[in-house]
Amino acid sequence: MATSFQTTIENLRATRVWKSIFRRGPAITNRTRSVAVFGNLFLHWLPVKVREKSLRVRAAYYLGSLSFLLFLLLVITGVLLMFYYHPAAPNAYRDMKDLRFVVSNGVFLRNMHRIGAHLMVLLVFCHMFHVFYRGGYKPPHEFNWVIGVVLLILTLFLSYTGYLLPWDQLAFWAVTVGTNIISAMPIIGSKVRFVALGGNIVGENALLRFYVLHVVILPLLAFLFIGVHFWRVQKDGGLTVRSKDDDGKN
Amino acid sequence: MSDTKEITRRDFLSEITVGALGVAGLGGAALTYQYFSPNVLFEPSTTFRAGNPDLYPANSVTFLQDQQVYIVRTPDGFFAVSAVCTHLGCVTQWKPEANMIACPCHGSKFEPNGKKIEGPAPRPLPHFSVTLTADGELLVDKLQVIKADQVLKV
Repeated sequence: MATSFQTTIENLRATRVWKSIFRRGPAITNRTRSVAVFGNLFLHWLPVKVREKSLRVRAAYYLGSLSFLLFLLLVITGVLLMFYYHPAAPNAYRDMKDLRFVVSNGVFLRNMHRIGAHLMVLLVFCHMFHVFYRGGYKPPHEFNWVIGVVLLILTLFLSYTGYLLPWDQLAFWAVTVGTNIISAMPIIGSKVRFVALGGNIVGENALLRFYVLHVVILPLLAFLFIGVHFWRVQKDGGLTVRSKDDDGKN
Repeated sequence: MSDTKEITRRDFLSEITVGALGVAGLGGAALTYQYFSPNVLFEPSTTFRAGNPDLYPANSVTFLQDQQVYIVRTPDGFFAVSAVCTHLGCVTQWKPEANMIACPCHGSKFEPNGKKIEGPAPRPLPHFSVTLTADGELLVDKLQVIKADQVLKV
């Protein structure tokens, strides 16, 4: 008795609302299937045809996807943490303590964000090593490899800028030491450090600068590069160079 | 006339436009750099009074925590040594039992006069200018780095 279900779907497809959203009929032929992919913002970067082989599930296939899921988790928990956090001294340290000991479920969110961030750095490195050992930097993947390196650097910058925000001794000295490494650059080193910190010492200006980088600029850049990265994975025909199929085609 | 290349109006205008955009881009970059360099800083003053010289016993090294400076008194007189490690900016500690200044971060070691004994630190600890105020107190200026052999005789 699939007919009643089918008629319901067909009736739904005939409604004006459905047509206004999807603007196409059912995807039953090769042409209508391509139209379905082309006409969807979230799918349009996929190739119209995907090889069954490239959809085959392998554990390592998920390292990149897991990194992305962790990124989404960090965006969500990070935005939630922003509701209680002031990027100023001495509020920042107190807010972090409040999140741990006073705010309901605050310690859960903070630890999700903190541990998730550690895990993301680890998984991004695992992803890079996997792609490297599979030869994923070889043609036609060179461009996407470079995008991946940019994403690795963005991940490390996100991790480092977030490290200052608890405003405790660990954060202060990590950023003091890290920004002193900047001043080792010849000629421009001390100027770059001054602009990065907004001063000569790790103070309130530095906290605010790192906060803006951490919650606005670096996540936006990461979203942009993740978009290009995913798009190119599909356009390059999968994650790594594959041996030819049984039919002799790539 | 024949060796001069003709420039069309379109080429001329597009070159002018690209040039103008380049100048505007450079100017924008310079303005952004200026914007990000603060003109007023609310940081602790780099000049401070270190109190009356009699506060410091003979042959002593005194750590001033707030200023991150050692006031050293030798038979010759006074000098001020930075307590900030020249390696990566950690605050060093005075170890009287070993008669040296040690950095907890990466293990650099210095003599009380700032001279490097060992460790990753590339340079000795700098000496800051020490003077006497009119009312007889020590005045240290952390922006004025002086030679290590200069000593304030009191």
